[in-house]
Amino acid sequence: MAKITFITSDGNTTIVEGSTGSVMELAVQNKIKGIDGDCGGVCSCATCHVHVNPEQWDKTGAPDELENDMLEFDDNVSEYSRLSCQMKVSEDLDGLILTVAK
Amino acid sequence: MSSTTQNKVCIVIGASHAGVNFAFALRREGWEGEIILYDNDKEFPYHRPPLSKAYLTSEEGTEQSLLFPKENYKTDNIVLKLGIAVNTINKEEKTITLANGSVQQYDKLVIATGARPFLPPIQGLDLAKNVFPMRTAEDAINIRKTINKSLTKRAVIIGGGYIGLETAASLKKLGANVVVLEREERVLARVTAPVMSDFFTQLHQNNGVKILTSKNVISIENKDDHNVVVCDDGTKLNADLIVVGVGIKVNSELAQNAGIVIENGIKVDETAKTNDTDIYAIGDCTYHFNPHYKYHLRLESVQNAVDQAKTAAKAICEQEVVYDTIPWFWSDQFDVKLQIVGLSKGYNQIIIRQEEAKNSFSTWYFKDDELLAVDAVNFAKAYVLGTKFIKSKQKLDKSKISDLSIPFKPNSFLA
Ligand SMILES: Cc1cc2nc3c(=O)[nH]c(=O)nc-3n(C[C@H](O)[C@H](O)[C@H](O)COP(=O)(O)OP(=O)(O)OC[C@H]3O[C@@H](n4cnc5c(N)ncnc54)[C@H](O)[C@@H]3O)c2cc1C
Ligand code: FES
Repeated sequence: MAKITFITSDGNTTIVEGSTGSVMELAVQNKIKGIDGDCGGVCSCATCHVHVNPEQWDKTGAPDELENDMLEFDDNVSEYSRLSCQMKVSEDLDGLILTVAK
Repeated sequence: MSSTTQNKVCIVIGASHAGVNFAFALRREGWEGEIILYDNDKEFPYHRPPLSKAYLTSEEGTEQSLLFPKENYKTDNIVLKLGIAVNTINKEEKTITLANGSVQQYDKLVIATGARPFLPPIQGLDLAKNVFPMRTAEDAINIRKTINKSLTKRAVIIGGGYIGLETAASLKKLGANVVVLEREERVLARVTAPVMSDFFTQLHQNNGVKILTSKNVISIENKDDHNVVVCDDGTKLNADLIVVGVGIKVNSELAQNAGIVIENGIKVDETAKTNDTDIYAIGDCTYHFNPHYKYHLRLESVQNAVDQAKTAAKAICEQEVVYDTIPWFWSDQFDVKLQIVGLSKGYNQIIIRQEEAKNSFSTWYFKDDELLAVDAVNFAKAYVLGTKFIKSKQKLDKSKISDLSIPFKPNSFLA
């Protein structure tokens, strides 16, 4: 089990729990505003963009090349951007705080 | 919303990418009444793209790739009626009739009936064993079973489009001997430029898939334990499995019989509405206008299904909305990820940027000075930047695009 916190653009904070699948799927399941997952998690739509709490960057690690290429020119990219469909839910992510990108 | 929707009923015909995304979007937009989805497929609604890709080579069922988790239908109070076909629409009475004869009233109706595989008139096709299209989870499971059971594993794919080529790559991974038969002079002839066709032909050949072009299949002879595929030039191929991937037919008969305007699909306006004020249509089955490219078209893509679904949901909840998107699409074959943005139709110039890494390049389609589309092969940056340039209609300096000494940055290519 991992507890993950999502902060949405309207300032709401939601804590959800999950153990399998991707973080994007967990967000969709819990109707987190701003995470659509339109491409089904194949790194082609960027509708699952989140900013990782900088202090927890070690937990998630950096994106791989494809993901990085998808993010680099995004208008809202930050140093701590990730596509949540490329992050697997696991114990390692317990306590993670993510801000949903605009 | 101005009027209350509490006691209203919205019925959706077709519970796949378009229908299901619509249902959830409608709830999100504030529809308070009933939402009922019908589909004649018994399988819980799943993603189709993986069928020809990862799904075929895995052992899994569709539980791994549901469009939405089962609980969400409950929490959003969306009623899913699977294994039930809708037979008729009566738009004067505002009712639909199900295959079992029961009649259901609607206030708003959404047609998301998609498309079915086109089965070409090939002699013997209907009688041949182990012939499958590739559209549903059932098709994919049948294909997987047939190839896994066969000792000789000879697979013949009729049609070299994206679905045919993806299926070929997946079957190769499963250890099959794969031959793709394409009627045109090149694969992907309808959808992409010759350079892309050459690239994918080479990719398949390097991976041991045989691609034969200008092959018109005229008949299939059924032997005891296999088929013989016969082409009009006399080519004969033994096949333990045949996959037919020569395109689709739109499921528009239901709408047509109800008097809804059809034009190369169900004709809808910029809000996804048909010629009847209470009936909308979304996804593969629609013929719609793209404001950016300024022409009508039909699209077979997840992007179109999802975005039209969101548009229709907003429109039904009486919000101002216009369907105005730049289409995008992807395809996975072997270790290649192709990402396409835009519509290349009408291009008169192509520019290719070859990255240093092998199998990594992008094809830029121009009509005079306007960038129409980009095909990015293992190079998502071109896909993302292409999207920006197409949207903004910024003028580009074409000579810079193919110049590798110029860093790949948003401002590098501006004229
Ligand atoms: C193998 C494969 C790979 C693909 N790969 C990609 C890809 O990589 N990228 C991409 O963007 N797109 C891809 N596509 C295309 C994408 O899947 C379609 O564009 C998408 O499924 C369209 O969604 P839809 O809901 O409009 O139609 P459909 O998915 O066709 O769904 C229509 C549904 O309506 C139901 N239905 C029809 N008539 C009736 C009736 N009378 N009563 C009840 N139910 C009815 C059908 O059973 C069906 O479930 C692929 C498609 C296939 C088949
Ligand atoms: S869901 Fe499309 S990129 Fe993550």
